Amino acid sequence: MSYAITANDLSIKFAEKQVLNDISFHVENGNIFGLLGPSGAGKTTLIKILTGQLRQDSGSAELLGKDTRNLTASEHGQIGAMMDNYGLYERLSVYDNLAFYADIYRISRSTINDTLKSIGLYEARGTAVSKLSKGMKNRLSLARALMNDAKLLFLDEPTSGLDPATTKEIHSILAEQKKKGTTIFLTTHNMFEAESLCDYVALLSKGDIIEYGKPADICRKYNHMNKLHITLKDGKEVMLENNSTSASAVKDYLEKNMIEAIHSTEPTLETAFIELTGRGLE
Amino acid sequence: MNNVAAIFKKQLKDTLKNKTVLIQFILFPVMTLIMNNAIKIQDMPENFFVNLFATMYIGMAPLTSISAIISEEKEKNTLRVLIMSNVKPYEYLLGVGSYVWFACMLGSVVICAAGGYDLQTSIVFMCIMAVGILTSLLIGAIIGVWSKTQMMATSVAVPVMMIFSFVPMLSLFNSTIEKMAKVIYSEQISRMLGQINDLEFDVMNVGVIGVNILIAAVIFVVIFKKSKLA
Repeated sequence: MSYAITANDLSIKFAEKQVLNDISFHVENGNIFGLLGPSGAGKTTLIKILTGQLRQDSGSAELLGKDTRNLTASEHGQIGAMMDNYGLYERLSVYDNLAFYADIYRISRSTINDTLKSIGLYEARGTAVSKLSKGMKNRLSLARALMNDAKLLFLDEPTSGLDPATTKEIHSILAEQKKKGTTIFLTTHNMFEAESLCDYVALLSKGDIIEYGKPADICRKYNHMNKLHITLKDGKEVMLENNSTSASAVKDYLEKNMIEAIHSTEPTLETAFIELTGRGLE
Repeated sequence: MNNVAAIFKKQLKDTLKNKTVLIQFILFPVMTLIMNNAIKIQDMPENFFVNLFATMYIGMAPLTSISAIISEEKEKNTLRVLIMSNVKPYEYLLGVGSYVWFACMLGSVVICAAGGYDLQTSIVFMCIMAVGILTSLLIGAIIGVWSKTQMMATSVAVPVMMIFSFVPMLSLFNSTIEKMAKVIYSEQISRMLGQINDLEFDVMNVGVIGVNILIAAVIFVVIFKKSKLA
């Protein structure tokens, strides 16, 4: 099995605060890996270590087989990054921002217009970045991260604060990238995003990975809260255990044609997180 | 070199839309043209305003503009993203530094033209300006690399810039300041510009500038290693 990222016992402390504490995980090539945690959990710090911007106090990390403390331009050239506050040149136009990075990546400028069309920013190509909406800036930042056909993408909260339509667009772009074989490391505090996009997730709380695995497996592990939620036609709501003990009651409701809606309340990553930490992801 | 050229081009486009940096490059050249032609006082030294504004230009424009550019890129995370692409820190500094140096040299051409020098003197004038701008660039880069935000850079750059640009002027009026000012490069630049028609420079001029560059370079290396660029 080849890994795009491996982290072994990573720890880092700022002043007296332990920000990451013996973090270990790996990300397989071609997978989407989600790091979930509330603000201040250490997600951005971990990205900084993995991309060689920050040195850990102890432990080791490898990115594309190379120690993150010794990354060269060659490895950086294979990474695309979309950071939490864009890193775009606000006075330059949308086109000029991408043109600059095309020069840096030694890519023909002729591809820029196609890129802009694919992310729906072609009409705004002459607009200064400072005049773009948050969603447009996110898309532009993502386009820049995708420009160099990166093997590995780091996306820090890619859909934070975006409307559902833009979020959906970004999700479909990421799904396309996965089809191409790109490995994606994303941080989020949106559990639905993690559940729908990620092959593996790690739940990060106060610098510790408190759970790690496939989203469905984690949900299944915390399945003891699973109930049947029945809404009756008279407006009453009934909660039943989701097992054979409720079969006769459900049958009774069905025979009397009393059921308006019936749902099972499977645990989500958020409920797993709450159970583990006693607090939510937001 | 490709990255350096790309950063140079990007900086050129950005400056045209960045009035605060743009004004640094054009203010003193324009003022020199106006003052040198508009004000004629009896017994005033030849090219008084050219020498005065050239020294102030050296002390202000490169220092404040490069510190503002670097600190803004740090504050807005554009530098972090750039370094995460295949741009090395020295390439970034070379790109930005060469751009500011070039822009200031263009301004110096205007100041030189205002002086109406002959070809040989013009070449010497531009060489003196080139060295002075380079020294200020190093000092400005120290401030830019050290500062985490633009506000922080401005609060440090303004007093430093005032020392290097105003002390040579104040030394004309006060002998104590004149004695103290001998050790700073901008005072020596000012003296060299004052003697430019005779082309008589002494070891003191060149020595002080050389020591200033050396000290600035050492501080820059220390700060660069300590602060990291992004």
